Amino acid sequence: MANRIWVYVEQYKGKIRKVSLELLSKGRQLARANDCELEAVVLGPETAELTATAAAYGAERVLFITDERDFANYTIREYTTLLAQLLQTDKPEALLLGDTARGRDLAARTSQRLGVGLAADCIAIETDPDSFLKFKRPIYGGRLFAWLESANRPLMATARPNSFLLAEPDFTRTASVRKEKVNLAIEAPREVVKFVSKRASKRPELTEADIIVAGGRGMGNADNLHVLEDLADTLGGVAIGASRAVVDSGWRDMEYQVGQTGKTVSPALYIACGISGSIQHLAGMNSSKVIVAINRDPNATILDVADYALVGDLFDIVPKLTAEFQKLFKADN
Amino acid sequence: MDIIVCLKQTFDTETVIWLNEKGEINDKDVKLIINPYDEFALEEALRVKEKLGGEVTVVSLGGVRTQEALRAALALGADKAMLINCENLTELDEMMAAKILARAINALPFDMIFTGRMAIDSGGAQMAMRLAEEFDLPAVSGITKIELEGRTAVVQHETDEGLETVEVLLPAVFSAQKGLNEPRYPVMAGILKAKKKPLDIIAAEELAAGLPLQSGMKVRGYVAPESRLPGRVLNGSAAEMTAELVRLLREEAKVV
Ligand SMILES: Cc1cc2nc3c(=O)[nH]c(=O)nc-3n(C[C@H](O)[C@H](O)[C@H](O)COP(=O)(O)OP(=O)(O)OC[C@H]3O[C@@H](n4cnc5c(N)ncnc54)[C@H](O)[C@@H]3O)c2cc1C
Repeated sequence: MANRIWVYVEQYKGKIRKVSLELLSKGRQLARANDCELEAVVLGPETAELTATAAAYGAERVLFITDERDFANYTIREYTTLLAQLLQTDKPEALLLGDTARGRDLAARTSQRLGVGLAADCIAIETDPDSFLKFKRPIYGGRLFAWLESANRPLMATARPNSFLLAEPDFTRTASVRKEKVNLAIEAPREVVKFVSKRASKRPELTEADIIVAGGRGMGNADNLHVLEDLADTLGGVAIGASRAVVDSGWRDMEYQVGQTGKTVSPALYIACGISGSIQHLAGMNSSKVIVAINRDPNATILDVADYALVGDLFDIVPKLTAEFQKLFKADN
Repeated sequence: MDIIVCLKQTFDTETVIWLNEKGEINDKDVKLIINPYDEFALEEALRVKEKLGGEVTVVSLGGVRTQEALRAALALGADKAMLINCENLTELDEMMAAKILARAINALPFDMIFTGRMAIDSGGAQMAMRLAEEFDLPAVSGITKIELEGRTAVVQHETDEGLETVEVLLPAVFSAQKGLNEPRYPVMAGILKAKKKPLDIIAAEELAAGLPLQSGMKVRGYVAPESRLPGRVLNGSAAEMTAELVRLLREEAKVV
């Protein structure tokens, strides 16, 4: 078999997660440049839709892994066993996963099981004549980057969502299907998920969001955040983020915090409202493609990193901005 | 309940990071702190101990200066500390670091291991899973709540789907997320007591004996981020600025 690059395809609510599609897009480029095949690995039963989507984004083959008991009682340890076994028998050159909560856990355990390294949270992957692939990842909260390489096989990496360009899907492409049925001996589970309180917000997950409207201490209080909600709704129900000041004040939960001790985001557009731009906040959002900052202090640091800086009172500016977008989208229709 | 806390000393979050002429990260005269997430890990361990008894041992892999962080942990209430001395930490990847830490921990009795969710310098966020793998234990990342019912820990953590509640049989490994607790401050009595508490130092090489000391991932080099091009300050009234911004986002940046 030719050398292969594997992309682990993570599903969420029956749909492939965006970061997995980004990785298939990147994987296709890397596979072509290295005369490799790109294989998508799915834990779950075969569906025509999954195959078609994986193919459209670049997979030449889709490997569906099913379990005789439908992964019942599987915990991350069992998934690790399964993935590690497959990697050992199939010997792909590389395995790429999305850096999601689950992806990072699974990648870490699997790499430890196999005794190979892991380049976590990569923002770039390039072909390299010496080490096949090299990986670029942020350290010190994005204030520096490290290029990593390894002689181990498989090379393992997780990719930060929104860091790799999503290819235009080509639905005329097809992929072959391979199926593996496994039957893992499951011991009495030592960890059991009791329940999940689903995220109340219908907004996209921060790390995968294309647009983020974020608020800081300048919002003044929890109720005032509705001006951001209005703007986010007008932009199509986009994500809302917050500085630590907002979270520490109890205006928003921890899951909204952007920064060194919160989430790291790289949306196409980040609109920072009433955020000063502390080094810890910047660490979480300075890889955003376009930054807009609205701040009444002309010396606020955030204005220095902004592509578009608006100096003034956010309670004056943000509602007007919402109205301008409404005008624009109305004209579009 | 005997608890191990894995703690890392990191650069202060305000540190300006720069590379020396050899392309290495400058660590001279840098202010060092306990990795913020590890403070939550330590605090939780201390609270469990205060409720249920047992010992808290802090273990750290790092240079000699790490003794400061370990003494600080002892001052906060940890009983024992162990420094696994390794001066060039950046040469160890997460996989190797976990193997060495596991060897040190292996000699100690424990019911739980706590780590921070992530080290803010390397951004690894993997140690809990890796240690769990070394000991074949269950692990939960980024917990924001833990309650013990006998030999079962009921923990909460945020996943991509929402807030998950998990029941875990001990022994187990947990990584601490912000929100788990409010870490305490040291008091004079604690600082004085800490001076008499045991702080063992072992050389990492000694622990690694017999291991193929080969990091999985090796750093080929560091690069500084490309600085963002200077942006543009919009002028005029709020109405003028917002109209111009929307035009620019559509026509120039093409993001809406
Ligand atoms: C270890 C550590 C980790 C940290 N991690 C994080 C992290 O992950 N994320 C994070 O965000 N922070 C983090 N911080 C905190 C960080 O240092 C700052 O304190 C925090 O980011 C400040 O939040 P802010 O910008 O909202 O508030 P402030 O710094 O108080 O800024 C408020 C801004 O709002 C502006 N403003 C006020 N009113 C208005 C108005 N009406 N119109 C327009 N502008 C207005 C002001 O001019 C000011 O610039 C961390 C700190 C430490 C020590």
